[in-house]
Amino acid sequence: MGEVLTMRTRLRPYRAVLASRVRAQRSYRASFALDLGSSLLIGIVELAEIWVLFHNVIELGGLEFTQILLVFGLADFAFSLADLSFGHCDNLPVYLRAGTLDVFYLRPQPLLLQLITSDISLRRLARAAVGLAAMVVGLTINEIDWGPRAIALVGLAIVSGYVMFAAMFVWAGGLQFFLVDGAEMTNAFVYGGRYAATQPASVWSRPLQAVFGFFFPMAFTGFLPVIALLGLDGPAWLPSWLGWCAPLAALWAWGMALLCWRWGVRHYRGGGG
Amino acid sequence: MSGIVETVDLTREFTRREGLRRRRISAVDGLSIRIDAGEAVGYIGANGAGKSTTIKMLTGILVPTAGSVTTCGLRPVEERRQLARQVGVVFGQRSQLWWDLPVGESFRILAAIHTMSSTDERRRTDELIERLEMAEFLATPVRQLSLGQRMRAEVAAALLHSPRLVILDEPTIGLDVLSKQRLREFLVAERRAHGTTLLLTTHDMGDIERLCDRVLVIDRGHLVYDGDLAGLSKTVGAERVLVVDLVEPTADLTALVDVPGTRHLASEGHGMRQRLAFDADLTTAARVLAAVSELVEVRDLTVEEPDIEDVVRRIYAARR
Repeated sequence: MGEVLTMRTRLRPYRAVLASRVRAQRSYRASFALDLGSSLLIGIVELAEIWVLFHNVIELGGLEFTQILLVFGLADFAFSLADLSFGHCDNLPVYLRAGTLDVFYLRPQPLLLQLITSDISLRRLARAAVGLAAMVVGLTINEIDWGPRAIALVGLAIVSGYVMFAAMFVWAGGLQFFLVDGAEMTNAFVYGGRYAATQPASVWSRPLQAVFGFFFPMAFTGFLPVIALLGLDGPAWLPSWLGWCAPLAALWAWGMALLCWRWGVRHYRGGGG
Repeated sequence: MSGIVETVDLTREFTRREGLRRRRISAVDGLSIRIDAGEAVGYIGANGAGKSTTIKMLTGILVPTAGSVTTCGLRPVEERRQLARQVGVVFGQRSQLWWDLPVGESFRILAAIHTMSSTDERRRTDELIERLEMAEFLATPVRQLSLGQRMRAEVAAALLHSPRLVILDEPTIGLDVLSKQRLREFLVAERRAHGTTLLLTTHDMGDIERLCDRVLVIDRGHLVYDGDLAGLSKTVGAERVLVVDLVEPTADLTALVDVPGTRHLASEGHGMRQRLAFDADLTTAARVLAAVSELVEVRDLTVEEPDIEDVVRRIYAARR
């Protein structure tokens, strides 16, 4: 019981901030509805793009359209959820300029946790809904041998995908300490990574394979779990059993993200820390 | 008992890139200060003299290049989170409040951040609301507050968790006379009630006079003065200035030689307004005024304090 109470007390600061962000966003109803609408539109346009690209071919990179839809759904759903809760992390220059980061230093919580819980973008729920819909349709129309194995694989893929994309935002945040207007550069990997993740890794060019196959483990968010789930053969460089290794990839992504963050904070404070 | 703030040879260098060359610049250089519990200290210096850098090192935001610092008996960088519970900082230029939320709600979130119990929270919030007269705008979103209201809310936000040490960085900047006065009165009362230690940077002599019993002056990272305000004026020989508006145009009042330490500075409007500098140690404003009144009829007058910029400029000039 005591344990539970201390946990509640520990989470109180973060809950209070997040709850206030939610209230603030919902209190401006018209603007919130507009945000939701535009976010939904972006989600649909992105889905339409996949549709147009892949619908007219029978098969691409060893996957049919319905299978690609599942790759898109899984990756996009995980990305949208990560964007919703971590998307503001790569907005660090704004925090730096406004002095918000110094204010975080004056509060008795860890810096990164404060940054992560300092905001939440509810409007991205609309985009997550598009991803979720694509995923559910994909899971329904593909032939899947449903059982504990399949359920575990899908669950693992969603959670790991979310964690991996979240790590990408933290990684980008850490680099912003060094780069002046560095968002352009990190966006190439964060949003480029999302884009790559929603397509079959088997069609990637060689540089993409190197960057998003393993360094930023984007293939693990959609493509690999899908080929493992559907019992397909992956390309030679990505055997389908790797689909089960998504948690390892997530661990790797966070290791890299935290390293970057520490490095950035050290730079900001000028050593130590 | 150890001081609330203790620094020994505290130094912070920054590397600045100039083209291909890198140059190291000391923002704070060998600073050794000690501030005891309950003191109120003014920390003054020109822009870029190293005030903000010092504050950032005291609060654990910046890591010192050399030397040591303890704040509230803690090492700021290593023990930042414990320290945050004992220090409150008001940055005149940046906000701790949530711009889109009502003031009262910002206080509730801050109470949660400092995990205050609900009784403490209520008692302290009520106290601050009353003393800083915030009841009228408690339900107003922060972005709609006037500057004076916002500064009061910022001060309350920094003091909500009853810190032992309060650091105020330019707290009265941009405020009108009445708002300044209110804020100073509050800080005096807060200090009396809770024995809070104050450290404030300011460009406003009034802040120092009304709030501080000790002044530290920093120049290019070096401590150049540590003592009380009177002593500071004495070291730099800053004079006060009596400005008299006369009834009719008059020749320059240069002949006030019988009043010691007084001299004529300038005249405007054919001698309708004249400025007389006097040394407050040698004479008083009343005696200067009496001497003037013997010669001409005075319509109005003001006494100008030596301003902080002037004092600092004189100290700097004496060092160069």
